[in-house]
Amino acid sequence: MVSSQHIITAMVADKPGVLNRVASLFRRRGFNIESIAVGASEVPDVSRMTIVVDGATTLVEQVRKQLDKVIDVIKVSDITGETTIMRELALIKVKSSAATRSEIMQIVDIFRAKIVDVANDSLTVEVTGDEAKVTSLYNLLKGFGIKEISRTGVIGMTRGGTPQVVSEEELSKR
Amino acid sequence: MKLTGAQIVCESLLKEDVDVIFGILGGQILPLYDTLTQYPQLRHILTGHEQGAAHAAEGYARATGKVGVCFATSGPGATNLVTGIADAYLDSTPIVAITGQVGRPFIGKDAFQEIDITGITLPITKHNYMVTDVADMAKTMKEAFYLARSGRPGPVLIDIPKDVQVEQTEFSYPSKVDLPGYKPTLTGHPSQIAKAAKLIAGARKPVIIAGRGIIISEAYDELKTLAETAQIPVITTLLGISSFPESHVLSYGWLGMHGMAYANMAVTDCDLLIAIGMRFDDRATAKVSGFAPHAKIVHIDIDPAEIGKNVRVDVPIVGDAKTVLKSLNKLLLPQEHTEWLHQLDIWRKEHPSLSIRDSEGLLPQYVIRKIWEVTKGDALVVTGVGQHQMFAGQHFFYDKPNSFISSGGLGTMGFELPASMGAKIGKPEETVWCIAGDGSIQMTIQELATVSRENIAIKVAIINNNYLGMVRQWQQLFYEKRYIATPLHCPDFVKLAEAYGIPAQNVKTREEVVPAVQKAMAMPGPYIINFEVEPEENVYPMVPPGASLHEFIEEPRKEVPAWSRRSIL
Repeated sequence: MVSSQHIITAMVADKPGVLNRVASLFRRRGFNIESIAVGASEVPDVSRMTIVVDGATTLVEQVRKQLDKVIDVIKVSDITGETTIMRELALIKVKSSAATRSEIMQIVDIFRAKIVDVANDSLTVEVTGDEAKVTSLYNLLKGFGIKEISRTGVIGMTRGGTPQVVSEEELSKR
Repeated sequence: MKLTGAQIVCESLLKEDVDVIFGILGGQILPLYDTLTQYPQLRHILTGHEQGAAHAAEGYARATGKVGVCFATSGPGATNLVTGIADAYLDSTPIVAITGQVGRPFIGKDAFQEIDITGITLPITKHNYMVTDVADMAKTMKEAFYLARSGRPGPVLIDIPKDVQVEQTEFSYPSKVDLPGYKPTLTGHPSQIAKAAKLIAGARKPVIIAGRGIIISEAYDELKTLAETAQIPVITTLLGISSFPESHVLSYGWLGMHGMAYANMAVTDCDLLIAIGMRFDDRATAKVSGFAPHAKIVHIDIDPAEIGKNVRVDVPIVGDAKTVLKSLNKLLLPQEHTEWLHQLDIWRKEHPSLSIRDSEGLLPQYVIRKIWEVTKGDALVVTGVGQHQMFAGQHFFYDKPNSFISSGGLGTMGFELPASMGAKIGKPEETVWCIAGDGSIQMTIQELATVSRENIAIKVAIINNNYLGMVRQWQQLFYEKRYIATPLHCPDFVKLAEAYGIPAQNVKTREEVVPAVQKAMAMPGPYIINFEVEPEENVYPMVPPGASLHEFIEEPRKEVPAWSRRSIL
């Protein structure tokens, strides 16, 4: 992973338009989003966003502070540099024939990925891992011809001991 | 007892101590307007255009410190509010805008006068809401007012579909808000405040820059204590004008593109800058790389996102200006900066930015100065945007706290007339002078109907040069006098005023100025004076775009007439 990447997690109220508020803020301030992923968190009615920004083109401290100003954003953390677990899921539909199928399957095996769909002329691979792993599998499969790819964008959290959850104090005020 | 959504809005307005609403009705807000008939305590002022309603709410908020309220219908009513909402956003003005919306079954169908106003105002509101369930109405009102006035104030918009306005529910107004994502920091961090005190103790050439944050948090006394105890000269921003008395011996005007030469020189030369409640706007800093190059910077602001946004900061203190200054003042020891203050006095003598040259013709500076003299400074001055705004900032001297109301961040021409109306309605006991530009006032001139109908006793001084003067000045200085689209063909403002039923007069000579201003003051109702001033007069000093603060251009001058000098010089 390139060192200038910053991973920002934001706990946000699960309300209509919150993603719009965050996206609008990035657009308006000229911040570049590399990826953004949103899903439910461990707290009811609170979602967790994972946003990857390129620190070389964006003032990360400003991103953090501006995000914090959004009323529906409850907590923002820049978890870059902490011991984090980062994962991305990708579905890759790769061209295959009788001649190439087993070779593709071997590669998929090495990456501990899965074949989730087989057709006469293609295999669909499901892979989970950090961004680098997904990208290297993609690069290897490129030689066979990629028909389609869909990536989720990175989600992340810090390892045990430093949980990025809403604090009890904040929870008590909810 | 069950109340309708519209009744809940009105009950909530009463709970929030609202007494006046500016607005225009229309189909989708009719239920709310109809409900106003049950609430005679809520005075409604019909404006000529929704932009006027938003600016009037701003003027009211700026003059009183309370939340201003405006209503508009859906579609074009709502979009017409946008300029006023943006203006409030950039100048941290607390307003709550309530818009009608098409009924819920029609949303997303491109119904007649349906527009996504929450989407449109997303980047120009502190927060906004669409109420889709009447059960959320009271809570939303409570939150909106709390958000608008607390922390760094700002505009909040509430969009209410027509059917939600008539739907019923039990009403109980929440006693507190529940916003886990919003907790403004009011108290500065003690160790940061201690660091600032240490820097102040060690500074030889300190300067305070006071912004509108002083006015918002009413930290006038605390600012004075800080300045007097440590003998620090005070320079304000444009919107910080009237945060510190300009007749005070430590007052050295305001900085920026049209700030006083000595103020800009002091900021460039200082070794410590204490910036309070201001955001280092580019019109204030000029070229950032040349801004206060020798100074350590202490930045006190309630909005953490302002810290380090435009200018590097050595000691950031996030908190409310009044609270932070109170703590800071406790750590101060009396100091003297005789030499430094003497230096500033020399610069002020060598660069008398506020002197007015002798002229056959009527100078805008002269008009403003005479309004100051006749009012003895006891007035609220509300301006539009352009040359007249800068002259009003320069040549009227502000000793009264919060007596200068102007559109700063957005620079909205047309602000002056409706904002004056709001200011006068909020502070009926004050004399309100609307200093207007001939171009600026024409952007919201229809509000003369409102002034007339409601008999709002504002005094309007149109500084009429028959140009979009500030842009003409740029064309003259930077575009070789190619005056494209700046010459105006102004109407006869006196006839226009009379058509609206407002007494008015023309003034073309110096001799006529004082009697006209006196007459305006003597009139019980509104009065308009059209001052036909020198058409190609420029605002000086001026820091050209791209230059540093100390690289100002000054007015080419001969001798300074005695009458134009300030008494403290």
